[in-house]
Amino acid sequence: MKERELKVTSDTDLKVVSQRLPKVDGRSIVRGDARYTKDFVREDALFAQIVRSPYAHARIKKIDAAEALAMPGVELVLTHEDVPRIPFTTAGQNYPEPSPYDTFMLDNKVRFVGDRVAVVAARDRLTAEKAARAVRVDYEILPAVFDPEEALKEGAPVIHDEADATGIHDASRNVAASIYAEVGDIDEEFQRADFVSEHTYYSQYEQQVPMEPHVTYAYIGENGRLVIITATQVPFHVRRIVARVNEIPISQVRVIKPRIGGAFGVKQEIILEDLCGHIALRTGKPVLMELSREEEFYGTRPRHPMKLTCKTGVMKDGTIVANEMRVIANTGSYGSHGLTVPSNTGSKSMPLYRARGIRYTAEVAYTNLPVAGAFRGYGAPQGYFALESHMDEVAREIGMDPLEFRRKNLIRQGDRDPIAVKLGEGKEGFEREVRTCGIDECIELAGGAVGKGAGSPAPRPFRRVKRGVGFALCMHGTGIPGDDMAGATIKVNEDGSFNLLIGATDLGTGSDTILGQMAAEVLGVSLDDVVVYSSDTDVTPFDVGAYASSTTYVSGTAVVRAAEKVRERLRGVAAEFMGVDAGKVAFEAGEFRGPGGASLPVREVALKSFYGEAKGQISETASFLNLDCPPPFGACFAEVEVDLDTGMVRVTDIASAMDVGRAINPDLVEGQIVGCVAMGIGYALTEEMVFSSEGRTLNASLLDYKIATSLDLPDIKGFIVETVEPSGPFGVKSVGEVGMDPIAPAIVNAVFNATGVRIRELPLTPERVLTALKEAGI
Amino acid sequence: MLVKITVDGRPFEVETPAGETLVELLRRLGFKSVKDGCYTGTCGGCTVLLDERPVASCIMLAVQADGSSITTLEGLADDEELHPVQEAFLEVNAPQCGFCSPGMMITAVSLLRRNASPTREEIREAIAGNTCRCSGYVKVVDAIELAARKMRETR
Repeated sequence: MKERELKVTSDTDLKVVSQRLPKVDGRSIVRGDARYTKDFVREDALFAQIVRSPYAHARIKKIDAAEALAMPGVELVLTHEDVPRIPFTTAGQNYPEPSPYDTFMLDNKVRFVGDRVAVVAARDRLTAEKAARAVRVDYEILPAVFDPEEALKEGAPVIHDEADATGIHDASRNVAASIYAEVGDIDEEFQRADFVSEHTYYSQYEQQVPMEPHVTYAYIGENGRLVIITATQVPFHVRRIVARVNEIPISQVRVIKPRIGGAFGVKQEIILEDLCGHIALRTGKPVLMELSREEEFYGTRPRHPMKLTCKTGVMKDGTIVANEMRVIANTGSYGSHGLTVPSNTGSKSMPLYRARGIRYTAEVAYTNLPVAGAFRGYGAPQGYFALESHMDEVAREIGMDPLEFRRKNLIRQGDRDPIAVKLGEGKEGFEREVRTCGIDECIELAGGAVGKGAGSPAPRPFRRVKRGVGFALCMHGTGIPGDDMAGATIKVNEDGSFNLLIGATDLGTGSDTILGQMAAEVLGVSLDDVVVYSSDTDVTPFDVGAYASSTTYVSGTAVVRAAEKVRERLRGVAAEFMGVDAGKVAFEAGEFRGPGGASLPVREVALKSFYGEAKGQISETASFLNLDCPPPFGACFAEVEVDLDTGMVRVTDIASAMDVGRAINPDLVEGQIVGCVAMGIGYALTEEMVFSSEGRTLNASLLDYKIATSLDLPDIKGFIVETVEPSGPFGVKSVGEVGMDPIAPAIVNAVFNATGVRIRELPLTPERVLTALKEAGI
Repeated sequence: MLVKITVDGRPFEVETPAGETLVELLRRLGFKSVKDGCYTGTCGGCTVLLDERPVASCIMLAVQADGSSITTLEGLADDEELHPVQEAFLEVNAPQCGFCSPGMMITAVSLLRRNASPTREEIREAIAGNTCRCSGYVKVVDAIELAARKMRETR
C-alpha cells in the first residue's frame, strides 16, 4: 500500500478539498440502498423488446406481426410504418450535433446484424421476447461490406442511400466524415529531414461493458408529462432528442438519472430512450426497456476500430521536424460520434511532440458492422497506441534511447498546442496553452515503480518465458472548449446546510462527491453539510453531461461560482446583523468576522437569513461556459512476461502516473487512474469483438469477450502528480480519460522489449503473438 | 409453486412462476441490492449467501432455494451499525459505480468467515467471480484486507 501513496502538494489551508473523504453516495451503496434505474420500475410495467435484424444489410419488404399480436399479454408491435420518420443522431452531444442525422427510430432498411427492425411491448420480459421471435419479416437482402477500405471504394454497396439523412460527408462513397488538418509546411519538412519512418497500426472494436446494461424506464407522470428514468451520461441531451423525435415540446419531458452502474461513454448515447418514451406516450403505461448482456455487445456503441499510419521525419540529433498521422476509421453502420471521435484521435495525440510540420487526416467509413461511438478516451487511445508504438520504433531506428528521444521532443510548459485551433469539434477549435505540465514527475514516479525484478524470470520447467519493460507517454484534454456548459444551484437551509443542485452526471465517477467537496470548501462547512442532488431535468440546472473529461473542471467552476455568490449573500446578512458594512466582514474558518471581535458561524447566519431582520431564501445559480482545454499529462510503465510457446502475454507489474491538476479527492482520482489501467490492459491483450463473415458478432457474452477479473491483473500502481492549473477550480485539470491513453502502447512496447518482435495490431492475443514470434523465427 | 424461504432473517411464503430465477424472486420481494448484470452467472452482481454458501442467484431457479436461508447485502448491517466489510468498503472508497459492490461484499463476507487472515492473492482468488469494470480491483482488495483486520481486532 505504501507504494501507492501520493505525492501531495496540497495547500495546508484546504479543509475539504484534497481530502480522502468517503463518497456522498458511499453509505447507501455499501448498505444496498442505492437505487439504479431498474430499482424504480413498477411491477405492472410493460417490457419492450427490440426485434433485431439477422442480416447485415437488407431492405424490409413486409412485416407481419399478427402472430405476435395474438399472443396473450402482448400490448403492441411497432414498425417503421408506425413511428414518425425523423432523421437524428443517437449521439448525446450539444445541439446542433456534429454527428450526421442518419438514424431513424425505426427504418425500412437494416444496416448491421442486430439493427432495430421493430419493437414489441408485452406484460413481461419472457412474453416480449417470445413475441419478438414471432414477428415475421420479409427482407430483400443487399450486398454488405465489412472492411472500411472496401467500403470507401468505387462500387461498394451504399449503406446510407436514404434521401432524408443530413450531415453525411459523402453518402454515395460511404464516407461519414472526412478530416484534414495541417500545421506548417509538412511536405517541405519531410524533404529536409535526415530520416523518415512510417508504420501502420490496426486497432479493434472494444466494448465498454458497464456492469449495468442499458436500461430505461418511461411512464406518464402527472399532467400527462413523459417521465424517463434512465442510465445515461447526458440527461439534458436525452430530453432534447426524445422530445424532438417524438414531436412533443421539451417542457413535456422530464429525465431523471439515478445511480448509474458504469458507463465509460456508451451511455452518452440514446440507445433506448427514444423508443421507450414513444411506447409510454402511445400506451399511457409504464414501460421498461433493458438490453440483455448479449444485446449490450452488438446493440450499443463500441470503440471505433482504426487503421493508423504514422510518418515522422527526424534530424540526426533526434529532433522531430515533421509528424503525420493518417487514419481510416470504421464508424459501423451509423455515424454517431463519427466525426468527433476520429477528430479527437489527432487533436489529443499529435500535440504531444513538437514539430514544425504536423498533419492529421482521417476518412471515416460506414460499414455493415455494429455502430461505433464514444468510449473513454474518445479516439485518443487509438491515436496513442499508434503514436507511442511508432515513437519507440523511430527511436530504435535512429539508435536513440526511446525515453531520451521522447524527452527531446516533448511539448513543454509555456508551449502552445499548434493543432488545437485546426481540429475543433467539427469546426474551428480554440487556442490552447500548456500552463502546467507534470510529465517529468509522471515519468519519474511510474518509471521508478516498475521493473524492479528486471532481467530474465526464474526458469520454469518446460516453459520459455521472456520478460520486458515498456512505457508510453500521453496528454489529453479537459472538456470541449466552446461547447461545455454547466450550471449549479446552491440553496441555503436553516441549519447552515446547503442543497447543491447540479445537472452534472455522476456515473460512479464520484462527481457528486467532489462537487460537494468544492461547495463545502468555499462555504466553510463540512461535506456532510452539503446535500448533493444531481441530474433531474425538472429540478437541476442544465449541464451538458458527463463526457470529454469535463465535469470536475467545467461543472466544478459553476459550483465554485454559485458557492461564492451564496457566501457573499450570507456575508451581507452577517454584516446587517453586526450593523457594519459587508466590506468589513471577513470570512475565515467557517465564520463571518466583523470588527471588534464579532463573529458569527455560517450556521447562525443561515438561521438569521430565515428568521432574522433580513428574511429571504438565499439561493444562487451560476453557470460556466468552458473556452479552454488544459491538458493533463501521464506516463505508464509496464512489465510483461511473454510465453514463447503459447504466445500468452501477462502483465506482471504496471504503474501509471497522471498529472491531473489538483486532486479534489485522491481516493477517487486513484480509482480513475487504476481503473483505466485495468481497462487498458484489456484493450491491449484480450478485448476484441469478433465477427463472422456475415457480420454477426461471435463473442457477445462475458464468457467469450474477455474483460479482466481480479486474477488477470497485478496490483496496479496508480500515482497522482499534482499541478495547480490556474484556469481550473482549485487548480484541477481532468482524470477520467487520460489514464486510458498510454496503457496499450506501454504493453506493446514491453512485448517488443521482451521479444524483439513488434506487433502492430491490437489486441495481443496469444494467437497473434505466437504468429508474430513464429514469423520472426522465435 | 409455493416457495418458503428466509431472506435476511425475514420469512417468506411466495408463489413462484415456472422459470423464475432466484434473483428475479429476490428483486420482486424488494431486495433490490441484488443486481442482475448478465443472467449467465458470469458477472457476479447477483451473489447472495444461500445457507452460508455464495451463489450466483441468476443461474438458480427460485424453487431450488425452497427451504433455505438467504443473506443479501441488505441483511449485513445491524440497523445503523455497518458490518466491518461495509465499513471498510466505505472507508477506502472501494465502490465506484457500486453496481458490483453488493455481490463483491457478500463474497468478501463469505471469504472472511472461512479465512480470517487472507493474503491479497487469496482475496483475489475469492472475488474472481465478481467482475468489476471500474476499479481494477486494487481498492477492493485493500478494503477486504482492512475488513479482515477490523474483524480480527473486534474478536
